[in-house]
Amino acid sequence: MSTEKSRLMKAWEWHEQRLPIGHFLDHSLGSKYPAPKNLNYWWNFGSLALFMLVTMIITGVFLAMNYTAHVTLAFSSVERIMRDVNNGWLIRYMHANGASFFFIVVYIHIFRGLYYGSYKPPREVLWWMGVVIYLLMMATAFMGYVLPWGQMSFWGATVITNLFSAIPAVGDAIVTLLWGGFSVDNPTLNRFFALHYLLPFVIVGVVFIHIWALHIPGSNNPLGIDAAPADKIPFFPYYVAKDVFGLGVFLMAYFAVVFWLPNAMGHPLNYVPANPMVTPPHIVPEWYYLPFYAILRAIPDKLLGVVAMFGSILILFVLPWLDRHPVRSATFRPIFKIFFWIFLANAVLLGYCGSQAAEGWPLIASRIGTFWYFFHFIVLLPLLSWIETPKPLPASISQPVLSPAE
Amino acid sequence: MANTAHAHAAAAQGETRRDFLLHSTVAVGAVGTAMMVWPLINSMNPAADTLALASTEFSIAGVAEGSGITVVWRGKPVFVRHRTAAEIEQAKKDDTADLRDPATDAKRAQKPAYLILVGVCTHLGCIPLGMKTGEPRGDFGGFFCPCHGSHYDTSGRIRKGPAPLNLAVPPYQYISDTTVRVG
Amino acid sequence: MRKFLLAAAAAFILPTLVSGAPAFAAEEVKPMHREWNFNGLLGKFDKQQLQRGFQVYKEVCASCHSLNFISFRNLESIGYSEDQVKVIAAEYQITDGPDENGDMFQRPGRPSDHIPHPFANDQLARASNGGALPPDLSLMTKAREDGPNYVYSLMLGYKDAPNGFELNPGMSYNEFFPGHQIAMPQQITDDRVTYADGTKASADQIAQDVVAFLHWAAEPKLEVRHATGIRVMLFAFLFTVLAYFYKRRLWARLEKH
Repeated sequence: MSTEKSRLMKAWEWHEQRLPIGHFLDHSLGSKYPAPKNLNYWWNFGSLALFMLVTMIITGVFLAMNYTAHVTLAFSSVERIMRDVNNGWLIRYMHANGASFFFIVVYIHIFRGLYYGSYKPPREVLWWMGVVIYLLMMATAFMGYVLPWGQMSFWGATVITNLFSAIPAVGDAIVTLLWGGFSVDNPTLNRFFALHYLLPFVIVGVVFIHIWALHIPGSNNPLGIDAAPADKIPFFPYYVAKDVFGLGVFLMAYFAVVFWLPNAMGHPLNYVPANPMVTPPHIVPEWYYLPFYAILRAIPDKLLGVVAMFGSILILFVLPWLDRHPVRSATFRPIFKIFFWIFLANAVLLGYCGSQAAEGWPLIASRIGTFWYFFHFIVLLPLLSWIETPKPLPASISQPVLSPAE
Repeated sequence: MANTAHAHAAAAQGETRRDFLLHSTVAVGAVGTAMMVWPLINSMNPAADTLALASTEFSIAGVAEGSGITVVWRGKPVFVRHRTAAEIEQAKKDDTADLRDPATDAKRAQKPAYLILVGVCTHLGCIPLGMKTGEPRGDFGGFFCPCHGSHYDTSGRIRKGPAPLNLAVPPYQYISDTTVRVG
Repeated sequence: MRKFLLAAAAAFILPTLVSGAPAFAAEEVKPMHREWNFNGLLGKFDKQQLQRGFQVYKEVCASCHSLNFISFRNLESIGYSEDQVKVIAAEYQITDGPDENGDMFQRPGRPSDHIPHPFANDQLARASNGGALPPDLSLMTKAREDGPNYVYSLMLGYKDAPNGFELNPGMSYNEFFPGHQIAMPQQITDDRVTYADGTKASADQIAQDVVAFLHWAAEPKLEVRHATGIRVMLFAFLFTVLAYFYKRRLWARLEKH
């Protein structure tokens, strides 16, 4: 028995010397990776995002085995998946709702970073990689939504690709290039499928860089102060166990939607096959784009609207230099904390406005919301970095000065 | 001393319960993963519409003696050959020959005049020659697979070459004198 | 932890509320609400009702509306036996071919055939219906907001146009149709069909039955989805409870120091 074991150990060591995969894992997500001991449950959403990425890729690969990227067959191939392919309905509902849950998780992950100042030095590059992942996710999700070739797929694709026509001089040429024709048609669907299959693997690559960049400074924490070695615990088993528990809770929410409300987050009109001759009375993108859609429509000029919409995401790249306050965590920045919550509420308001027709009070609200969105980043954050007096910081994670933070 | 021992015992007990929890969590997680993997794998099996299309009907009225037609069933060719009297006789005579996969001609053709076979070589799945005029029919006058040289006789039985089994007879029935349903 | 849970719940619910917000802000009438037995945690179809609904589809709707995604073989899951399905399929004539002479021909339907389209093409469908194209019904209850209630209401929503309402020629007034002008005349009335199972065919009953049938046509895997869901949820719950207690025990080790 013991010789058996030592022989296995020897084989493992032989392999480790040649390809130290165990060593690598142990240092990236294992016992050799120290993490601050005070991470709260908001820190679970990074690993949940990784879980969703893997889930989307796996379910997507199996869907692709039965999907046909051709305008005459796309819609019915999806219906064949729903009706005839073994467990096809489950795989498709997991994929379709998985997109929404991936975004829910990533939005929480982003807002956690905003609240606790995770974008501040020395984590700027880590933050950049996160924004890149977010942009890639939006592109991937958009192209994925086109694939079922329903009415919303078609008209969403038409509207979003037309955004690029706002670019002066070359806009129309770019749109024609994107379409591969003179309207959204078979070449468009075909290339969107190719790119929808490719981009997730690009995301995997950027996720690697994101995690690499995380390992240089290590995780931020709710107090936002640098964690002393004594205040760190090994990622395995402590945070692995915590993440697994969090995963269980998350799965129950995810499955509840997959099994009982599978179409609640989709638009009914996407169950109507695409018809290039009939535009639905009211086009809405998927919920995760709604705030940006509201910003687009808030501005009555085509080019400026598009610039504002892309700018609202790209501004995240320079966030570390807009908010230069030395204290990271909102816990110790009472004024910033208030404006954080206002910003969050504003984002939700913009989302609501994006779901409504662009008229009446939602239009006015989306104008105010758009103003506030940029005002928060361009004026408020630099101003607060200048004037805000933080609460006294604790000396270390173990010895909070004031009332212990959660 | 007694205190330390007590503490140790308590710690050990905690340790065991934790191990039990760990093992059950891992076990349940592993079973859950396996249960999630199966629907994915199973989605690669034939879908309901594929299974439903598993039968084909065709007419043999126009097939002259000595010629044949090839129809498609489940995406594979089905050979229908209207045999000549000489071919039938040869097939019957060969019932007693040294066959690799013994079967009588009477078992292989419901009506002796019509030989109905799945036209897929049992070696590695190529389509044997012999249905069209001028194609080589092999040493036994039936079918010849050009991929690796398998020879089939006038009853579609393997006689020479690497193939292990006779050309398969699909399930079929005569709906009328001239109409056959395969599958 | 409690604060986290509250916030997490809010984070999950808010986007749903936003996306669930009514998409059509314009003057729209909320459909009548019914309790359907296919809704709910373990919601199931009533097979007897589905068969009645199929009868309504066959005798009333099918003269104009297709059911593209349904094959005769699918009818086995609403309670018909294999032989009954063969008989039903054989009542239809299917265009097949070309035969060996290159001609298309008619043959009786088989279980693997799709229910044939009432019109050869969309243009003929329009020409036969005063320019309006009767939509395919296979996904109708999923293709409209609150689908089952909407279709049910639409079936029963025919009224005389109110005073001052300009009704175009050939159109009917319907309370629940967006814009209230619908090209389809009223179809569902008391005793429009005579049910094979003897159920009294009130207009309300017919509307309910056809909605149930159409919802089955749109979501044929609903029952297995619900049944699988319950099992998956129980399993996930067990996993989560175990993981929680393991995590708590593990972390207790840290708090001692």
